[in-house]
Amino acid sequence: MATASTAQKSTWRKIYEWHESRLPIVTYLDHVVGTKYPAPRNLNYFWNFGFIAGFMLLVMILTGVFLAMNYTPHVTLAFDSVERIMRDVNYGWLMRYLHMNGASFFFIAVYIHIFRGLYYGSYKAPREVLWWIGVLLLLAMMATAFMGYVLPWGQMSFWGATVITNLFSALPVVGKSIVTLLWGGFSVDNPTLNRFFALHFLLPFVIVGLIVLHIWALHLPGSNNPLGIEATPADKVPFHPYYTIKDTFGVGAFLLVYFAVVFWAPNMLGDADNYIPANPLVTPAHIVPEWYFLPFYAILRAIPNKLIGVLAMFGSILVLFVLPWLDTSRIRSATFRPVYRVLFWVFVADCALLTWCGAQLPEGLPLVLGRVGAAWYFFHMLILMPVVGWLETPKPLPASISQSVTGG
Amino acid sequence: MANTAPAHSMHGDGADGDTRRDFLLHMTIATGVVGTAMMVWPLVDSMNPAADTLSLSTIEFSIAGLKEGQDITVVWRGKPVFVRYRTPEELKSAQDVDVKDLRDPQTDASRVKKGHDAILIVVGVCTHLGCIPLGQKATDPRGEFGGWFCPCHGSQYDASGRIRKGPAPANLEVPPYTFVNDTTVRIG
Ligand code: HEM
Ligand code: FES
Repeated sequence: MATASTAQKSTWRKIYEWHESRLPIVTYLDHVVGTKYPAPRNLNYFWNFGFIAGFMLLVMILTGVFLAMNYTPHVTLAFDSVERIMRDVNYGWLMRYLHMNGASFFFIAVYIHIFRGLYYGSYKAPREVLWWIGVLLLLAMMATAFMGYVLPWGQMSFWGATVITNLFSALPVVGKSIVTLLWGGFSVDNPTLNRFFALHFLLPFVIVGLIVLHIWALHLPGSNNPLGIEATPADKVPFHPYYTIKDTFGVGAFLLVYFAVVFWAPNMLGDADNYIPANPLVTPAHIVPEWYFLPFYAILRAIPNKLIGVLAMFGSILVLFVLPWLDTSRIRSATFRPVYRVLFWVFVADCALLTWCGAQLPEGLPLVLGRVGAAWYFFHMLILMPVVGWLETPKPLPASISQSVTGG
Repeated sequence: MANTAPAHSMHGDGADGDTRRDFLLHMTIATGVVGTAMMVWPLVDSMNPAADTLSLSTIEFSIAGLKEGQDITVVWRGKPVFVRYRTPEELKSAQDVDVKDLRDPQTDASRVKKGHDAILIVVGVCTHLGCIPLGQKATDPRGEFGGWFCPCHGSQYDASGRIRKGPAPANLEVPPYTFVNDTTVRIG
């Protein structure tokens, strides 16, 4: 600070100040994630998952760039180039298993992050735009992961790509032309693989841009908190060192689980069929997407009409955009909403049920349960959210965060 | 700042929105919009099938060896095409269907070439989400209607390739083809 005279400053300090007066990047970061960003003092561990998701994105970009150095996006070479990464490239197996399972753990972090928001009402005013950008991030992640899964060009890659791109053919009039445009041909083929690689490389950086907007939108109102009430300046602590240390600890714990899977069960979350090279003339008996797409796949299959099934599947995500207005309660945290709190856990169970159904053959009991699950999903979002908000009597809110602890 | 130009609204000679500067501004915006649109289309269209991909879209094959009750699969535009020489019973079952009862009403006659009624040629891609239906091999399940059965979400097609049950909205597509002579077919 300005109290020390120039003579007393170390050379490093002088270099730092010289640079900072020309590009104040440290000052800027200090405001964004440092000592100048006040965060509520009562954040619990569910608030770690945004940071963890960001960390996983870096892992994906880093491992992805090194995979791309050895990967060949051509139908006759792609599968073998991935096998070469696994067998011949130094530590190639590590890069690939980190990347493959990294996608799963990225989704685990983001899904917990989203459910955190649903429980504590983080989507409500004044955080609607922040929430929107979150939904966009989810969509961008899904597109990225879908196209990445096509790259190794195994049977699931090929047939997953075929089924998902064909979803667009359900659209009236323009559907067929859109699918041809996506494929660059008359079926999923080399042009498709090529463009998916280009987009798979690009989209993560679009995600980085969206994260910047996400953080920007976060910083105006600041973080929500487990009580969902406004945090007064007295109830806030600087992000650094309080939350930098807590987030680092959380990343460490998360990485333990991630590495355990990478090293001991790297193919646990994958599908064995994807180690069979793509064959455009034979469809595998049972096509399943990666686990993180299963609930949406279950919704798609729950409906026996193609167009409505596709609309319901996309709708299940798009409905999140209007959630801030579907939820008519002004109380944010489910802690003070006795009815919503129960419904929240039912909704979590519903998503788990849909995940299970999505992995089964669509007949018999799984099909029935899938239909019930899909119906409940929309019933929860479209009917229960507004109605419960009107009818429920919330518990009294504490006057401040410190009052909730001291009781005084 | 003394050296900057006066603010836009304070400058000019006409009424609001009617100055030469406004005109130039609107012209610039219009040119920009048209120019951008002219650039976006080449970008989008570059993703459509390229000339070499399109040129692969005609094939010719012989059905001389095909016997009654047999199927062959040929590849056209990267997709399987099912060719089935239907038995008289299959043919009759396909012709006897009341078209009004169908989801995608088409007569069997409109799906084959005159004089080659027994030969059915359809694109072997499920019209639901693009899986390859089973039924080309004698050991394959053919569904309740004696045609093809899609394992992905359970669509069932009859001996004319018409959708009869399951989520698919339309009949198996009949590709554009001609009989070059009695035993040679050209698709595309
Ligand atoms: C949002 C971040 C990302 C996600 C969610 C993601 C997801 C995936 C997934 C699920 C796969 C298939 C893994 C497999 O089954 O083998 C994959 C493969 C691949 N990804 Fe990514 N990825 C991301 C970022 C990147 C980036 C930034 C690059 C390059 C700069 C990249 C390059 C690759 C390559 C070359 C492959 C093919 C090799 C392989 O299959 O292991 N990825 N990605
Ligand atoms: S792709 Fe054939 S039934 Fe869905």
